[in-house]
Amino acid sequence: MADVPTLELRNVSKSFGSVQALVDVDFDVHDGEVMALVGDNGAGKSTLIKSIAGIHPFDSGEVLFEGSRVNIHGPKEAARLGIEVVYQDLALCDNLDVVQNMYLGREAHDLFQRMREAEMEKRTAETLKSLSVTTIRSVRQTVATLSGGQRQSVAVARAVMWNSRLVILDEPTAALGVAQTHQVLELVKRLAEQGLAVIIISHNLTDVFEVADRISVLRLGRNVGVYDRKASTQESIISAITVGAPIKAAAIAGNGETRL
Amino acid sequence: MSDGAPSEVEEAAERGGLSAAARAYLERLKAGDVGSLPVIVALIAITAFFSYKSTVFFTAINFDNLIVQTAGTAIIAIGVVFVLLLGEIDLSIGYVSGVGGVIVAELQQAGTNHNFGGLGAIVIALIAGLMIGAAQGSFVALIAVPSFVVTLAGLLIWQGAILKALGTEGVIGIQNNFINNVANYFLSEEAGWILAGVVVLAYVLGAVGSYVSRRRAGLDTGDLTLTVLKGVSIAVIAFGVVAICNHSRGVPFAGVLVVALVGFWSYVARRTTFGRHVYAVGGNAEAARRAGINVARIRIFVFMISSMMAVLGGIVLAARLNSVDLTAGSGTILLDAIAAAVIGGTSLYGGRGYVRAALLGALVIKTIENGLDLIGQSDWVKDVTTGVILLLAVTLDTVSRRRLARSGR
Repeated sequence: MADVPTLELRNVSKSFGSVQALVDVDFDVHDGEVMALVGDNGAGKSTLIKSIAGIHPFDSGEVLFEGSRVNIHGPKEAARLGIEVVYQDLALCDNLDVVQNMYLGREAHDLFQRMREAEMEKRTAETLKSLSVTTIRSVRQTVATLSGGQRQSVAVARAVMWNSRLVILDEPTAALGVAQTHQVLELVKRLAEQGLAVIIISHNLTDVFEVADRISVLRLGRNVGVYDRKASTQESIISAITVGAPIKAAAIAGNGETRL
Repeated sequence: MSDGAPSEVEEAAERGGLSAAARAYLERLKAGDVGSLPVIVALIAITAFFSYKSTVFFTAINFDNLIVQTAGTAIIAIGVVFVLLLGEIDLSIGYVSGVGGVIVAELQQAGTNHNFGGLGAIVIALIAGLMIGAAQGSFVALIAVPSFVVTLAGLLIWQGAILKALGTEGVIGIQNNFINNVANYFLSEEAGWILAGVVVLAYVLGAVGSYVSRRRAGLDTGDLTLTVLKGVSIAVIAFGVVAICNHSRGVPFAGVLVVALVGFWSYVARRTTFGRHVYAVGGNAEAARRAGINVARIRIFVFMISSMMAVLGGIVLAARLNSVDLTAGSGTILLDAIAAAVIGGTSLYGGRGYVRAALLGALVIKTIENGLDLIGQSDWVKDVTTGVILLLAVTLDTVSRRRLARSGR
């Protein structure tokens, strides 16, 4: 694990009117690491990732990207830094094929706005291959004909194709069957193996324990703690999510940080 | 595809061109894309039927007539295809086409102060069309008023504008030859042949260009049999049409205009980023927005295209009659154009369809109209037949979409 986190948040807060969605939250994720973000409904997970993605910036606190302070004003700024978000509803166009979706809004084109189809198709096939996505038969089939797992794979592949440094996955396994969940989790592991920083939001602790290196728990907009997956049990995480404190103090993250 | 498992489509491609094409078509059908096949089959059946029933139908003179009759509707329907691709509707196109006719007729009028030539009048009318579309599109895209209501208001407003402009006289004759030639000029025999050659050459160059760029990228170059077969069909159709037309007055300029417009707008829709974004907004506007596409701008542009093509179609219709009167833009113009786009295979649900649908659908409607006229059927038969075909087309579209939804995708 690199010394400088890919993304580090220090004391960030966010409120909507009188509702405090996030209060003095600390968070960090490193290259090659899968960081799970868990918490009950209303814990502030969505607010946190939307703020990272620039949809509604934090009110206060520091955001450091690869060690330097940044201000993420909008989604474009986030994309420029190399932050990509795969939302739960995937945001794919059913009527377009895999290549067209992968390049949506960033089509390769010449001076006359004419698209370079061959180039786009080639790079799409390469990207899918590099992620070992082998279940998609043709990159020219429309997304409507793909299964849920394949669609998730396309959405993830789209996020990593643009020299991204940090990929955020919002509930990537919700609504997937067993085999497809496995397929997507393998894909998530492969992203980290390729050196990307990965944040995964999930309600499914079995999935979280399968892929995550560390687990960050939020409760009512505040940090509960960061747990090393290998040193934690599902019970301790559940208790952190619901009560706000782990059952066993020993479960607290290896680097000695305790955030309460 | 470069990954391990060879696809069924690829396997089929190895077996032979036609089964591969059939397989690819089935894939598209499964994705809710009906394509052009049903309408082409229908067109052949309709042509065969009327050729059998009437001795006049399959003659060069009638062929020329049919092309000119189809032109106006086909041109207006091109704009409708774009609007339908967005999942929107434009009900104002009928009277906007009338406005187009009135503007050119007014501007070419002798004895008035405005001294515009034919071309000047047409250009001004097209600009007016773009402005009408920009206004209507802005209400839809920026204020989110449903397009049905905005363009219904447009229908009423432009109808009123035509009544006001034509005033008590109620009719303006068009003497300007440049304008009248849009619908009444016929190419010489040689020009017709050269044009057919140009069309075939354009297809061959396009196919070779795509083959070379795919080859260079190391991609599967697809099956040559199918490409050659398509090329041969296009050559047969192009030279066949010219051969038939040359037995009469020659190829009508209006027909050339339609083919050129279908070619141009197909290119815009399928090959440019703008076209891709139109399909994306129609398929999933929220996904398009998140992908950084300016959805409002795309919507406004599409309504501008719709109104501009309506104006152009209206000019063809006015030129054909050498005049505009109080019925300009009324009657079946609106419904014919929308029906043409839908019968041609454009989905009403957005995101699926091709520009060529405008031409194919218009041909179906106008061939039926022309054929029924020739065998002496009355208007009610025309209306009922067109209605039934429209219903069939929409049913096909809806069923293929429902199948998709039911399979949980």
